[in-house]
Amino acid sequence: MNGYLSIRNLTVRLKGGGTILRDVSLNVAAGQVHGLMGESGAGKSMIGKAVLGTLPRALDITSGQIWLDGVDLQTLPPAERRNRIGALAALIPQDPLTALNPSRRIGPQITRRLVDILGWKRQDAAKRALELLNEVHIPDAPRVMRSYPHELSGGMRQRILIASAFAAEPKLIIADEPTTALDVTVQKQILHLISEMQARHDTALLFVTHDLGVMSKVCDTLSVLYAGKVVEEANMPRFFMRPIHPYSAALLAATPTYTDPTSSLTPVPQTVVDQVEREVMEHDLRTAS
Amino acid sequence: MRDLRGDVKRTLGLRLWLSGGWLTILALAALCAPLLAPKDPLMQDLFLGRMPPFWMDGAEPGYLLGTDSLGRDVLSRILYGARLALIVALVAGTLTCFVGATLGLIAGYYRGWPDRIISRFVDIWMAFPPVLFAILLIAVMGTGLLSIIIAIVIIDWTRFARVIRAEAMTQGAMDYVASAQVSGQTRFSTMLTEILPNVLPTIVVLLTLEMGIAVIVEAILSFVNLSISTDSPTWGGMISEGRTSVHQAWWVLVFPLITLFLTVLSFSQLGEGLKDRFDPVLR
Amino acid sequence: MMYKVRDLKLSLPDMAHKPLIGATPRIEILKGLSFDVPKGAVLGIVGGSGSGKSTLGRAMLRLLAPTGGSICFDGTDITHLSEDQLRGMRQRFQMIFQDPMSSLNPRRRVGGIIAAPLQVQRLDGIPTRIDEALDMVGLPREFAQRYPHELSGGQRQRVGIARAIALRPDFILADEIVSGLDVSSQAQVLNLLGKLVRDLGLTLAFISHDLSVIRRLCDRVLVLHLGEIVEEGATVSLFEAPQAPYTRELLSAIPLPDPHQTWD
Repeated sequence: MNGYLSIRNLTVRLKGGGTILRDVSLNVAAGQVHGLMGESGAGKSMIGKAVLGTLPRALDITSGQIWLDGVDLQTLPPAERRNRIGALAALIPQDPLTALNPSRRIGPQITRRLVDILGWKRQDAAKRALELLNEVHIPDAPRVMRSYPHELSGGMRQRILIASAFAAEPKLIIADEPTTALDVTVQKQILHLISEMQARHDTALLFVTHDLGVMSKVCDTLSVLYAGKVVEEANMPRFFMRPIHPYSAALLAATPTYTDPTSSLTPVPQTVVDQVEREVMEHDLRTAS
Repeated sequence: MRDLRGDVKRTLGLRLWLSGGWLTILALAALCAPLLAPKDPLMQDLFLGRMPPFWMDGAEPGYLLGTDSLGRDVLSRILYGARLALIVALVAGTLTCFVGATLGLIAGYYRGWPDRIISRFVDIWMAFPPVLFAILLIAVMGTGLLSIIIAIVIIDWTRFARVIRAEAMTQGAMDYVASAQVSGQTRFSTMLTEILPNVLPTIVVLLTLEMGIAVIVEAILSFVNLSISTDSPTWGGMISEGRTSVHQAWWVLVFPLITLFLTVLSFSQLGEGLKDRFDPVLR
Repeated sequence: MMYKVRDLKLSLPDMAHKPLIGATPRIEILKGLSFDVPKGAVLGIVGGSGSGKSTLGRAMLRLLAPTGGSICFDGTDITHLSEDQLRGMRQRFQMIFQDPMSSLNPRRRVGGIIAAPLQVQRLDGIPTRIDEALDMVGLPREFAQRYPHELSGGQRQRVGIARAIALRPDFILADEIVSGLDVSSQAQVLNLLGKLVRDLGLTLAFISHDLSVIRRLCDRVLVLHLGEIVEEGATVSLFEAPQAPYTRELLSAIPLPDPHQTWD
């Protein structure tokens, strides 16, 4: 299956050092939501950064392809690649506190990309910003356009970032832990909003999270990462009923749920950790030879 | 899970070695100036005025870096000048650091009224233009080594106080400080055992920077003839004298200038290098 | 009772709205809370951001001074005790912090971190106590020589637990101690804490935003919302039949790892 976004055998290394992503392959079909699940240090955020071309300077893509809308981004010259990514993809960031410039009003921040990159007129951009704020259910949009980020709550700011991500009608959205910084009640509203916007605009969505509960609410398919390696790829109901890889099963067993307090909470057993570590090592040996 | 920080290759402590090396050489030169200096730095010989350095035509043997307009040996004067420069750097730098850092630490950690008093004081202090202030002070106190040192401390303690106050405030908000309080530690001992070690790297960087600045301030004061007595060799004094004859004898100006530049640069680089060394996360 | 809290009020100066001249206005963070913590209980304190749950915890340990009401710890009124008067009692109530990276001094080794409170309280046999504490939290004794940054998140949090239990306190406050951890280490830390509470006969107050974790560990729950207690009760009854609308909202917002959950 070839998705709208298709990553093939992507390997990312630290300059002169360790491997961050190991041969990662995944597909996000148009209009579908693909989840990236992993614990901290698994490299799940790096996949999104590799696609958007925002990897930290110390990291290099050493092999593999990233196909976006039928074109391998790696073969394009840098300027053209940036333009293409800018026109087709957008990011919903993790932290709504730092993602907005504290000294600029909300309005221009939503449409910055429209004006600066796509060359829209200011009035058109402002009209579009109003539409978008209505779409993400922000009441009193004209007032919000004129306010500064610190005057708004965390949930409001995340709504604004969602509006801003959808501003240029991208066909791929990457959401990097978009609700981690929010309260559960707000998280629920934001997740519903992301699903709603994704369905209405028919975008492909790559959803990065460490929370299996959130994952089960938003995604159609998912990849589980460990140490930069995909250990399991699955579609949603199947994964939660019958996880195939022992690491996936162990993660599920380690997640506490309030509905089932009787089952004991099982930490990921050392045998499972040893097994995935071994798989990672074998993979490294194979690629080294 | 996995921590990749260990994989990041760090540049070796090259700058630490280079800057430390230069300063060590300088310190040795200053200590052994009477043994090393080929000539008496004060000895004038009007027949040997403005002799070029050794690789140029017309150089006089024994005067490696040439002579100034009064026929004094430039190399010997630089060596003796290092003594004053280093004494000022060490003594004035350390004193400034001690005064400023102590006040900054108290203001940043205790907050409240000590902070209000110290901060107001710093604000008012910083409204004075520093070099004019120094010249004024020397004019009042009279020239001499002690006056220079006191002037530097009085001008520059605010630099430490401000930075260390901000740093102590950041550290004071950390939970390990709350944790010390939970265990029943007194405020004062928390400041010494929890806050101080964590602001120490900043103090070290500032201290070395300050030593460089002290060398410059001393040179500036010599330049305007407000340092020690005019006949004892100082870098600033040499630069000042060399300026007048730069077209006939550039070496009188250039050699002390290079020495001064390298010394100040070494002090600041030494600080940066030491900071990395002190950081347990990077070590 | 380990703790008797009556009409506890706490307000902090609001620096964001400080006028140019005149007194800084104050924000009321705790608006008159009353509750008891029985000896041996594991009390969960749950609430969203801005509910005042961390402030409540810090007030209970007298890291913050209440502006009204009273706090009794094991029969002693500690509401207005000075830091000097508290010093002798501090050994009896300890705290585990949310972020082990900020609560463990980065310039000290693990052994030194655990030893510091023991030295402050002038206890003897410190090396033995450090070893015991590390044993209890399941870390190898060699870890005493390591620096915090050399440990994983879960291991760091165990050092935080070891530091608290090394003093053999009667009461421990745990403030969001698993919220920064991965699920795998989260499960380990929760199981460890449950075991220590039983083995050492501790009284525990466990602050969290995560009801799933609370249900796992606690036998009583206190739900805080905007500085007020909206519901308090035994864990089972609170989860089976939540009374306050806010509690119901919290419960229904939790995404369960189950694609069939109705979640609208």
